Amino acid sequence: MSGTQTTYNDKVIRQFSVMTVIWGIVGMLVGVIIAAQLVWPELNFGPWLTFGRLRPLHTNAVIFAFGGCALFATSYWCVQRTCHTRLWGGPLIPLTFWGWQLIILLAAISFPLGITTGKEYAELEWPIDILIAVVWVSYAVVFFGTIATRKVSHIYVANWFFGAFIIAVALLHIVNSAEVPITLTKSYSAYAGVQDAMVQWWYGHNAVGFFLTAGFLGMMYYFVPKQAGRPVYSYRLSVVHFWALIFTYMWAGPHHLHYTALPDWTQSVGMLFSLILLAPSWGGMINGIMTLSGAWHKLRDDPVLKFLITSLSFYGMSTFEGPMMSIKTVNALSHYTDWTVGHVHSGALGWVAMVSIGSIYYLLPRLFGKSGMYSTGLVTAHFWIATIGTVLYIASMWIAGVMQGLMWRAVNADGTLAYSFVESVKGSYPFWAIRWLGGVLFLVGMIIMAYNMFKTMAGGKVQNVPVIAPAAHHA
Amino acid sequence: MEVVYLLVPVSVVLVFGIAVAFWWSVKSGQFDDLEGPGFKVLMDDDEAAQGRIAESTPEKNKEKMLPVDPGQP
Repeated sequence: MSGTQTTYNDKVIRQFSVMTVIWGIVGMLVGVIIAAQLVWPELNFGPWLTFGRLRPLHTNAVIFAFGGCALFATSYWCVQRTCHTRLWGGPLIPLTFWGWQLIILLAAISFPLGITTGKEYAELEWPIDILIAVVWVSYAVVFFGTIATRKVSHIYVANWFFGAFIIAVALLHIVNSAEVPITLTKSYSAYAGVQDAMVQWWYGHNAVGFFLTAGFLGMMYYFVPKQAGRPVYSYRLSVVHFWALIFTYMWAGPHHLHYTALPDWTQSVGMLFSLILLAPSWGGMINGIMTLSGAWHKLRDDPVLKFLITSLSFYGMSTFEGPMMSIKTVNALSHYTDWTVGHVHSGALGWVAMVSIGSIYYLLPRLFGKSGMYSTGLVTAHFWIATIGTVLYIASMWIAGVMQGLMWRAVNADGTLAYSFVESVKGSYPFWAIRWLGGVLFLVGMIIMAYNMFKTMAGGKVQNVPVIAPAAHHA
Repeated sequence: MEVVYLLVPVSVVLVFGIAVAFWWSVKSGQFDDLEGPGFKVLMDDDEAAQGRIAESTPEKNKEKMLPVDPGQP
C-alpha cells in the first residue's frame, strides 16, 4: 500500500460480510432440514444427521456464525468510521476472522459427531470454548483499542452498544463455560442441578440480551440513520436507551425456568425484570422507526430501508411478546410449546436477520467499490420473500403453540388428561409443514442475496479508503 | 441456590462497572452535546470515501488526513 494517508481496514470487513451471507445460507439450510425432520421423521439419517445433533448446529450456525460475522463486520465498519481512525490491533484483527471461522468449522464437525456439553447455545466442548475466549478477548482488544485511538472525543452511541455486547458476551461465556474436562472431547459443568440451570439461563437469556439485542441495536443506530440519510430521531433517547437497557438486562434469565425447581422468588425476580425491559426496548424501537419521520417516502423505493425498518417492527413485536410470555400465568400456557419457538424466530428472523441483511446490503457496494447492489430488484424480491417467510413461520408457531398448551392442560370432568401427548403432536403436523415452508422462503431469500452479492463483487475494484478527517465542529 | 453467591456478586460488580463507565462518560463530557453527534455521523461522508475522495474533499480537510503509519499493511 502506498500513499500519504491512513486508510480504513476494510479487508476484514469484506471477509466477515461475505461469510455472513455464506453462513446465513448454511445455518438456515440446517434449520430447514430440521424443520423437515419434524414433518417427515424418516429424514433422520444415521446417528450423525438426526434432529438432536443438527438442532444445536442450526442454532449455533445462525446465532454465532451468521449473526456473529454480521456483528464483526458492522462493528468494525462503524467503529472505524465514527472514530475516524484505522482499526487498531495489527495481527489480532485477522486472528478474529480466522479464529472465528475455525470455531464455526469445529462446531460443524463436532455437533454431528455428538460431541456436546448439552448446555443450550453453549454446546461446544471445552477446547473450542477456550478458543472462543481467545478470539473474543482479541475482538475486545481490537474494538476498544480502536475506540482508545479515536480522533474525536465523542463516542457514538452505536459503539456503546457494540462495546457492551463485547464485554457482556465475554463475561457470560467465561462464567457459563466453567467446566471440568474429562477427555479432550468431554467435560462436565462446574455447576450441578438447579444451580447449573440457573447459570445456564443467566447465560442464555443474556446471550439474547447482549449478543442478539445490544449488538444488533448498535447496528441499528448506525445503519438506519445512514441509510435514511437522517440523524437518529432523538440522540438523547438513544443514550437513555443504552443505559436503561444495560442496567436492567442481567436478571431476566429465570423466566426460562418458571415452574421448575428454581426457587419461587428467583422466578418472580426474573419475571419482574423481564417486564421492566419492555420500556427501554420500546424506547429504542420507536427511536429507530421515528428516524424516518418526515421521510417516509424513502421506504417506498428503498428495499434496504425496508429491511431495516421492518426489522425494528419485529423487534418491537418480539420485545412486547417476550415480557408477556414471562408473566407466570401466560408462561403456564406457553412454556415448552412451539409458541416459544415462534417467539424466538420473530426475534431471530424478523429482527436479527433482517437488520443484519439490511446492514450487509448497505456495506457490500461500499466495500467493493460499486455505487449500488448489482440488482435492486433482487433486493426487493429478497425483502418480500423474507417477510412472507417470517410471517408464515411465526403465525404457524403461534397457532401450534397455543393449541399444544391448551391440549396439554385440558382435563376431563374426572380430572384425567383429555388428550395424550401424541395427539398434540398429530395436531401440530400441518403447522409444522407451514413453518417448514416459511423457513424455505427465508432460505431462498438468502440464496438470492448470495447471487446478488457475487454479482456485485464481480469486477468490483477493491480499494483502500482513506480515513476521513472529522467534520468541523459546529457549536 | 448457592449459585446466587456467584451470580449476585458478579452482577453487583458489573453494575458497579457500568456505574463507573457512566460516571466517566458524564465527567468526560460525552453527553454535553446530545444533538450534534446524531448529525455528525451523517457528515462523516463515506460516500465520498469510496474513490471519489479526491474530488469531493476540500483542501483543508485533506491536510487534516492522518499521516500514514508505516507499521500498517
